[in-house]
Amino acid sequence: MSIPAVPVPMESPRAPWYRRLPVISHFNKSVGLQRGMLVAGLVLTGLFVLTALFAPLLAPYGFAQLSDADGNFPTQQAPGGKHLLGTTVGGYDVLSRVIWGAQTAILVIVVAVAMSIVVGVVLGLLSGYLGGWLDRILVVIADAVYAFPSLLVAIVMAIVISGGQSSLIGGIFAAGTAITLVFIPQYFRVIRAETVRLKAEPFVESAKVVGASNIRIMSRHIYRNATRTLPLIFTLNASEAILTLAGLGFLGFGIEPSSAAEWGFDLNKALADTTSGIWWTGLFPGLAIVLTVVGLTLVGESINDLNDPRLRGRKSTGSSSPAPVDSAAIATEVRAS
Amino acid sequence: MTTLIDAPPTDADGLLPAAKKSSGGGLGQYILIRFLLIFPTIFILVTMVFFLMRITGDPITAAMGGRLPEDQLQERIQAAGYDRPILVQYFEYLGQLATGNFGRTLTDNRAVVEMLSTYGSATLELSINALLVALLVGIPLGMVAAHRRDKAPDAVLRVFAILCYATPVFFAGMLLKLTFSVWLGWLPVAGRARTSSELALTSLAAPTGIYWLDALRSGNMAALGDVMAHAVLPAVALGLLTAGIFLRLVRTNVIGTLGRDYIEAGRSRGVSEYRLVTKHAYKPALIPIITVMGLQIAVMLGGAVLTEKTFEWKGLGFQLANYLTARDFVAVQGIVVLLAIIVALTNFIVDIIAALIDPRVRY
Repeated sequence: MSIPAVPVPMESPRAPWYRRLPVISHFNKSVGLQRGMLVAGLVLTGLFVLTALFAPLLAPYGFAQLSDADGNFPTQQAPGGKHLLGTTVGGYDVLSRVIWGAQTAILVIVVAVAMSIVVGVVLGLLSGYLGGWLDRILVVIADAVYAFPSLLVAIVMAIVISGGQSSLIGGIFAAGTAITLVFIPQYFRVIRAETVRLKAEPFVESAKVVGASNIRIMSRHIYRNATRTLPLIFTLNASEAILTLAGLGFLGFGIEPSSAAEWGFDLNKALADTTSGIWWTGLFPGLAIVLTVVGLTLVGESINDLNDPRLRGRKSTGSSSPAPVDSAAIATEVRAS
Repeated sequence: MTTLIDAPPTDADGLLPAAKKSSGGGLGQYILIRFLLIFPTIFILVTMVFFLMRITGDPITAAMGGRLPEDQLQERIQAAGYDRPILVQYFEYLGQLATGNFGRTLTDNRAVVEMLSTYGSATLELSINALLVALLVGIPLGMVAAHRRDKAPDAVLRVFAILCYATPVFFAGMLLKLTFSVWLGWLPVAGRARTSSELALTSLAAPTGIYWLDALRSGNMAALGDVMAHAVLPAVALGLLTAGIFLRLVRTNVIGTLGRDYIEAGRSRGVSEYRLVTKHAYKPALIPIITVMGLQIAVMLGGAVLTEKTFEWKGLGFQLANYLTARDFVAVQGIVVLLAIIVALTNFIVDIIAALIDPRVRY
């Protein structure tokens, strides 16, 4: 007698590992408009990553190149001919700088998010699990930093680290660290809140009874459970990092144009062009920022909606549940400047 | 004003847990606790900014280094007292802050306080205008999106909200400038007013510094029109940033309240869907907006810095950008500290308003 095949739920532990990866499992759960948004976000993000990876192959010229075999590049030339997107007032090729800018952006994201995740998660775990004095002091500090305009925090940090200007590596680390300080409180808050909740769970208590050390409980039992929401914060933070980097660059705190291409810095230089009707120097780096941030935000929002069963379906089935945990609130929390 | 120095540790540790559980505490107690919590916030930010800025070295070397001979540089550092131990400087700085003395800017030798009051009103005006734009755009559109949930208008509006978030204010400002000032020629390119109206407005007796208010008070209609024309683009650029956030908040909250029993009851009585959204569901949905507005003030101040630079709007942000370029860190520190105080105060006010509207907040 044959047993009818039972459909295996996607999230079951028996699903193959690759189907349980964050983005892939979300894709399988999605339907309709939500899937469309997720796919659109993934495509944009993919384009961004590929551009960054293959910038040396894609860009017709170097980011700081001012001349080729035929002589110096013309300045402020309209798009077309040899320079598809025109040239800037300084004689840079706009297309090349837009493409190389993706590389700078991705490096800063990686540095900023990696550092803030590490510091934020460790502090959040310690603070939430140990409680007491340490917890209270850290919470007050995190709240103070969190309430403050993140761009200003980043500016102060940029001054501290580089005195304002720097080379490629120095600039990336300066911008990355400046943004890190802005993000740490966000990771800290999320992880701490989860840790405080998990601390009271029976499985933590039983681990204690068995005699597991505090470090082991934190690193194995709580850590695994408290970090579920990180992919969401990660994508939202990545977009935030790009915006902050651009803001810093726009204020003249970016990376020197000769050491890297940075979209915000190019927009700063393009500001003066707008009054004379020169649109191509500003439009393209700006569009690059917008498309990248839209892509990352779409991915983050979709993940958020799909994580929340109440937002997942097409229509909530007439439930009388209170307001769903809303993506806007999280996005707002994660957002500034 | 010694509270600035003394209060924080005791306040923070004694009151935080009370603020969290506060079982049975009345409104008065809540306000008091919330008020006292302002001080640790300001104190921490002031401390952080002070020490972070000093890690790099003294402000005089930063501003003048390389432009003055070494011995003159040392002389000026000594005269300003920057060669003393950092803790001495720190406590002196706290003392000065407590008496409202923010020091003098290095580059143009003005009292920081005077600089702040001159340019603060411009930033205030920009923020008010932008907040108006954000509310006028965000709330109605959010209600539309909730009403037409998962339909085409909702999808379009959600994309619009994401675009608002994803577009840096300076890029939005640049596009607006290109379109409406340079190509169409409808609106002025930059600044707060024409020189003539600026002169007329600043020569008034006791000007508020908020131009449209001054123009209204003096009945100078020509100036009012001029000021309004200048205000549109910056307000839209900065306002749209927040409008997207309001839109999403209103949408999710209206959807949340639309699922409540009393809405169902209204629906069964035959109340139209339009009326349900506009009359029944939207009021409870506005409460979260008020709470979020506190955070948005911080966002807006950050955005104002960039907007002001884009539009040459001579406010705090514009000055901040200039002082940053000139490496005048005394001025930068003054502006940052002032903004910290503003943020702490507005958060306090917003929390109190939220508590007055919704008693559950207090518990």
